[in-house]
Amino acid sequence: MRLLAGAIIVTILLAIASLFVGVSDVSLGALLSSSAEDRAMQVLLISRIPRTLAIVLSGAAMAVAGLVMQMVVRNRFVEPSTAGTTESASLGFLVATIFFPAWPLMGKMLIAAAFALAGTALFLRILRAVPLRDTLLVPLVGIMLGGIIGAVTTFFAYRFELLASLLAWNMGDFSGILRGRYELLWIGLGCTILAYVAADRFTVAGMGKDFTTNLGLNYQRVMVLGLVIVSLVSAVVLVSVGSIPFLGLIIPNLVSLMVGDNMRRTVPWVAVMGAGFVLACDILGRILRAPYEIPISVVVGVIGSAIFLYLLLRTRRNAA
Amino acid sequence: MIVAQGVTKNYGSACVVDGVSLTLPAGGITSIIGPNGAGKSTFLSMVSRLMSMDMGTVKVDGLDVTKTPSDVLARRLSILRQDNHMTARLTVRDLVSFGRYPYSKGRLTIEDKQHIDDAIGYLNLVELADRFLDELSGGQRQRAFVAMVLCQDTDYVLLDEPLNNLDMKHAMGMMKLLRRAANELGKTVVLVLHDINFASWYSDYIVAMKNGKVANQGPAAEMIQPKVLSEIYDMEIKVHEIGGQRISLYYE
Repeated sequence: MRLLAGAIIVTILLAIASLFVGVSDVSLGALLSSSAEDRAMQVLLISRIPRTLAIVLSGAAMAVAGLVMQMVVRNRFVEPSTAGTTESASLGFLVATIFFPAWPLMGKMLIAAAFALAGTALFLRILRAVPLRDTLLVPLVGIMLGGIIGAVTTFFAYRFELLASLLAWNMGDFSGILRGRYELLWIGLGCTILAYVAADRFTVAGMGKDFTTNLGLNYQRVMVLGLVIVSLVSAVVLVSVGSIPFLGLIIPNLVSLMVGDNMRRTVPWVAVMGAGFVLACDILGRILRAPYEIPISVVVGVIGSAIFLYLLLRTRRNAA
Repeated sequence: MIVAQGVTKNYGSACVVDGVSLTLPAGGITSIIGPNGAGKSTFLSMVSRLMSMDMGTVKVDGLDVTKTPSDVLARRLSILRQDNHMTARLTVRDLVSFGRYPYSKGRLTIEDKQHIDDAIGYLNLVELADRFLDELSGGQRQRAFVAMVLCQDTDYVLLDEPLNNLDMKHAMGMMKLLRRAANELGKTVVLVLHDINFASWYSDYIVAMKNGKVANQGPAAEMIQPKVLSEIYDMEIKVHEIGGQRISLYYE
């Protein structure tokens, strides 16, 4: 409990730091001596606060979505980007952009979410047809499926001359976040809270179908609830920020090593660490080659893949 | 009382359970024995609604298992299958606590906590309570699963090969404990057992299955007979009476 409080404090400190890092000078002194119309205050209100909120909301939601997915699929190494979910959301967003260009972002996001749900269902259907003994093969199947869906998406994006847009939303980046461009992410917060409310159900589902039925729960329904949460979060983050790989994988795995898998206990941990991790990566991306920025997907990808490799090797050692 | 009528399960063209009609008495320990592939586990899974049946009905105290809401049934009947592969990293106490889910839906009351402590104590898991399941031996894990099922506090407890992974000492301890649960707590315990001597020593009633059908059934003393057992297992089995218990010998 005390540790969790510590993690929350660190995350809050990172969030405050995030408000003051950037090209434009926003210092406490400049803010205090200025009125609401001044440049520093304007930058804070229009750019820095929305950006920091977007980081916290998407970091927490993506990490929790990964956790939910790992529980319902019962595999440590699945997350939206290793199960075809993100790629399906991307395809859905492209379809919405081509056929309903006038729709508000909310509507396009819902189409992306529907595609994400269908893609994940397809992934699970394939898993049922090919029962895999090795846990590491499951994410490989997901990555292959994601590759196929991604190829289809790229083909149509090329045909409709939308490759540049596709690249933009496939590469997560917070630099474009301004007031009015991140509010959909509050849906992600709603999903995170929903995951916490239903935490016990997901833990039971994580024990397997027989245990779930024995305890009087409908396994199918828990599964659907979990996948709806995962698809919504993936779509919301994709259309607002772009994809952030590995996040849903490493944070839940690190938390599992620390406090286990009882979701009632792990959801707050995963949410806080997800937010903190993305904050740290984003600040790093802003500092490293200032005044330029390194996109969040690159920073998280590099750090995340290193942690992912460590987790993989650790599993192998334990299995041997 | 569990009443099964015409229960049938087919896998493709193979009929695994073939129209089994059976009445399992309330109270005491009933063991289901029989050779591999007799359909024992499949039958138990259908009785406990883990598996759908192709034909037939099962009623537990008059409740049809396919029509009764699952959470209602979860307070009457619990089931533990064999080979429980758990990927979730839970502590023993967490696992046992989930046995209370049908009652508490996650919000544990003082009464629930009492049940949890009792179940942990009953299976001698006090010292292991805060360990993670993946840090335990197979036998310790098996005891933790049984503790969870007992914590569910149902009238009917169905266990598929509960002695799997247990050494002699713990196998004996497990059977003694189930005997106690039947005698002291008035549970109805239904087991699938491979070791016919454990079945003979601890059961009140024995059902023998073979080729998806009930081959024979009766009180333990009537079932543990050379002629009956030889017919079930297609081999010569001698039965000796030692200290009032019937022991089968089949090693040569």
